[in-house]
Amino acid sequence: MSLTLEESKARNKQLIDEVLKAYPEKTAKRRAKHLNTFEEGKSDCNVKSNIKSIPGVMTIRGCAYAGSKGVVWGPIKDMIHISHGPVGCGQYSWASRRNYYIGTTGVDSFGTMQFTSDFQEKDIVFGGDKKLDKIIDEIQELFPLNKGISIQSECPIGLIGDDIEAVSKRKSKQLNNHTIIPVRCEGFRGVSQSLGHHIANDAIRDWVFDKVDPEKNKFESSPYDVAIIGDYNIGGDAWSSRILLEEMGLRVIAQWSGDGTLAELENTPKAKLNVLHCYRSMNYISRHMEEKYGVPWVEYNFFGPSKIEASLREIAGHFDDKIKEGAERVIAKYKALTEAVIAKYRPRLEGKTVMLFVGGLRPRHVIGAYEDLGMNVVGTGYEFGHNDDYQRTTHYVKDGTLIYDDVTGFEFEKFVEKVQPDLVGSGIKEKYVFQKMGVPFRQMHSWDYSGPYHGYDGFGIFARDMDMAINSPVWSLTRAPWKK
Amino acid sequence: MPQNAEDILDHATLFRQPEYVELFENKKKNFEFGVPADRVQQIVQWTKSVEYKEKNFARDSLTINPAKACQPLGAVFAANGFAKTLSFVHGSQGCVAYYRSHFSRHFKEPTSCVSSSMTEDAAVFGGLNNMVDGLANTLNLYKPEMIAVSTTCMAEVIGDDLNAFIKTAKEKGSLPAEFDVPFAHTPAFVGSHITGYDNALLGIIRHFWDGKADTVPKLERVPNESINFIGGFDGFVVGNIPEVRRIFKLMGVEHTFLCDPSDNWNTPTDGEFRMYDGGTTKKQVEEALNAKATFVFQEFSALKTSKFIGEHGQEVVALNHPMGVTGTDKFLMELARITGKPIPPELERERGRLVDAIADSQAHLHGKKYALYGDPDLMLGLTQFLLELGAEPVHVLSTNGDNDWAAKVQALFDASPFGKGCKVYPKRDLWHMRSLLFTEPVDFLIGNTYGKYLERDTGTPLIRLGFPIFDRHHYHRTPIWGYEGAMRVLVMLLDEYFEALDAKTNDIAKTDYSFDIIR
Repeated sequence: MSLTLEESKARNKQLIDEVLKAYPEKTAKRRAKHLNTFEEGKSDCNVKSNIKSIPGVMTIRGCAYAGSKGVVWGPIKDMIHISHGPVGCGQYSWASRRNYYIGTTGVDSFGTMQFTSDFQEKDIVFGGDKKLDKIIDEIQELFPLNKGISIQSECPIGLIGDDIEAVSKRKSKQLNNHTIIPVRCEGFRGVSQSLGHHIANDAIRDWVFDKVDPEKNKFESSPYDVAIIGDYNIGGDAWSSRILLEEMGLRVIAQWSGDGTLAELENTPKAKLNVLHCYRSMNYISRHMEEKYGVPWVEYNFFGPSKIEASLREIAGHFDDKIKEGAERVIAKYKALTEAVIAKYRPRLEGKTVMLFVGGLRPRHVIGAYEDLGMNVVGTGYEFGHNDDYQRTTHYVKDGTLIYDDVTGFEFEKFVEKVQPDLVGSGIKEKYVFQKMGVPFRQMHSWDYSGPYHGYDGFGIFARDMDMAINSPVWSLTRAPWKK
Repeated sequence: MPQNAEDILDHATLFRQPEYVELFENKKKNFEFGVPADRVQQIVQWTKSVEYKEKNFARDSLTINPAKACQPLGAVFAANGFAKTLSFVHGSQGCVAYYRSHFSRHFKEPTSCVSSSMTEDAAVFGGLNNMVDGLANTLNLYKPEMIAVSTTCMAEVIGDDLNAFIKTAKEKGSLPAEFDVPFAHTPAFVGSHITGYDNALLGIIRHFWDGKADTVPKLERVPNESINFIGGFDGFVVGNIPEVRRIFKLMGVEHTFLCDPSDNWNTPTDGEFRMYDGGTTKKQVEEALNAKATFVFQEFSALKTSKFIGEHGQEVVALNHPMGVTGTDKFLMELARITGKPIPPELERERGRLVDAIADSQAHLHGKKYALYGDPDLMLGLTQFLLELGAEPVHVLSTNGDNDWAAKVQALFDASPFGKGCKVYPKRDLWHMRSLLFTEPVDFLIGNTYGKYLERDTGTPLIRLGFPIFDRHHYHRTPIWGYEGAMRVLVMLLDEYFEALDAKTNDIAKTDYSFDIIR
């Protein structure tokens, strides 16, 4: 039942009108700005974004704390990140994002641990600064090998007027300039995770870069030093990316922030080029490093062979012929693997349609990987994108793609019900809704506990996973045979 | 090349290939500026010491790897147990994303819940507008028959008044005046998820019994013979409630579950998404006032609710997650006492089969040492069951268990010869447990998914019971309550015992003489 372009545009319009009817008038007006169909040739997707979510509609979004602790800071493995406030935020985000790392947890690495100040009523009433002071001492006593401490503020911190900056400065002085970083990522700030990314980036600028001791952790620079920015190493993504950059002759001096260390953050301004995967969460620090340290940055996309190939060449374009040749060598090296993966999976996936709703870079970045497998993305949207994300999306989506920003549970369910894609890619909160409806689903935040999906090694896994989701025999069992 | 199209390697094996091993080594050597390996090993050993344990137990401010969550999570659990009810959490929206994810990861089911999405302006001016708009949107979009409101810590810190806000929202036309909006203040900085369950459940019961926030007359109690059942916050609720229902039916007891999410978190995959399925109806809540008694299966999960119900003229039988033989016996005998109905032969036979199974297997569990952690009532039920198996619950720890709870655990220890030398740890976390497992090792650990880190570090095999269980599927679908549930727990304990024994005796030509075919 493939529709012509005009038919699908008309269908989208009708669909959007239909869902808007369910809202009270005032809300319908606000939501209308977030829903549209992409028109070829336009400079963005013609939707508003990065605006407050509407109360009571079941937004999929999270908060600034999730953006800072959960995304940017949490993966820095040799630091201890205190979830400062009540117990819940740290508990729900404990080790759930699959930021892989190598280290001895509890001794020199702390990524899959939950450190919390577990605020009680008295901390709210009398303030938590004294407790924080004591917590830092207890951390130093029990985890002597930690390289630094970050304080990830939960909602109450900013509301009760705690001065975590003062505590951080005082303790750092007391502890021989130990790195202690206050982060004002209270969950009520901003409209989504997005502001949390920005706040976390700024905290690195102010409390890491501006305090770095140039005599510490020195290494000999090379002309080929790059840093991977905005890869959280979910299921090992940064590793299957790093391997390609190194194979083409570059030297990766830092990973931000998956499997990252404080020393890597500190040394990043020495890079010759920052390569930026998740633009949304780390463009801020990339721009800062460009302005302050003169480190240029380039966006890249390591999902699927077409985009990987283009990205390797783009990155190599910033270097000499040795690297350019290296890029070609890498592309050639993986050609056979890529072709074999496509030969195996494309016939099983050709023509299948996909609807996405994810965060960060994925609503656009993964489209190429689907297309390499012969699949079409017919709808996409960002949990917390800004207009610059929707502008970038125009390079990826096809004419007539349904666009939904900060989609509500209601809208997403209706869209999928009507569009009937062969696959939905979104998060854990959405997964079971669509599977109940009989629609194959993959989590595109956590890779559904699989991965990596980045790089050539990741593409094979991506293809395998999409195939197993769509072509599972379970989907032919959802209707009882005696039911017409 | 590490990857291969014919046999795709994912993270579990891909990164063991030599190319990646080399990559890891170079990254570490050149850029991480980490701690030298011998120093790391020195600290590894030190964290296993008694000296470290003492320092660890001396901390009074830092919490590490706690076994508890915050109040609103429990409130969402409670609301999910009522028919066509949508949970509405007033405060920051990120919290709601977390609760929904947390439950979905455990139950492998959707969890519907909305937020009032308060942001900085609401922090300054209060969240009234968010409540007014939010309730209207929720009603229009999701068509619930009841909206159960709870709060995040943000709304609590700024002091939003739910009662007044809901009233205002109705006056402004967000909802019909008679629409049921029970509410509960659920500050995350007080208690834990079980407190939130209690507050939210109380909010709903009080709403219906005590005049719907002064809008209708309070209900008059007209006593009948029926029995109410409150399960408490329970990760196995999907399996447990049907088991209790079966017992009630076998006993011929009229009953009402006050909070039953066992359908909502157990919907079929048949082409339709059911946002609401099953659950306690409003009519049932109202009629529950007339019941002869209320059974509270987890006392610490319903302290305030129990008190409230008791004050409304009913007997409240508060139990502590009864499980195993003695625990289930007590539940049934209390049920028989209150209803005057005999315990039927079917149940007696089930009991006999359970005792039969224990008799068959007890030698394998006798004297085995266990460490367990989790919610206070689960710990009490499990402690009692282990003691009656002749096992020793050496370390019993709860992050959200207080001194009253600890006294109850101690009483169980004191009543059994197998409790000698066992110790209870209230208000402690899993980092404390780590020290205990190193300094006073046990044979097995019982806890939720997070216990796998303890299993990895200390080598103590983990048996998964409690909440959340993310890394094993479908445990929650079968009961751990009743004689049947005890049978299942018994098998879990035995399975882990036999697996561990096999793993210890499978070294060829060294230990495999004990690799017995019959055990």
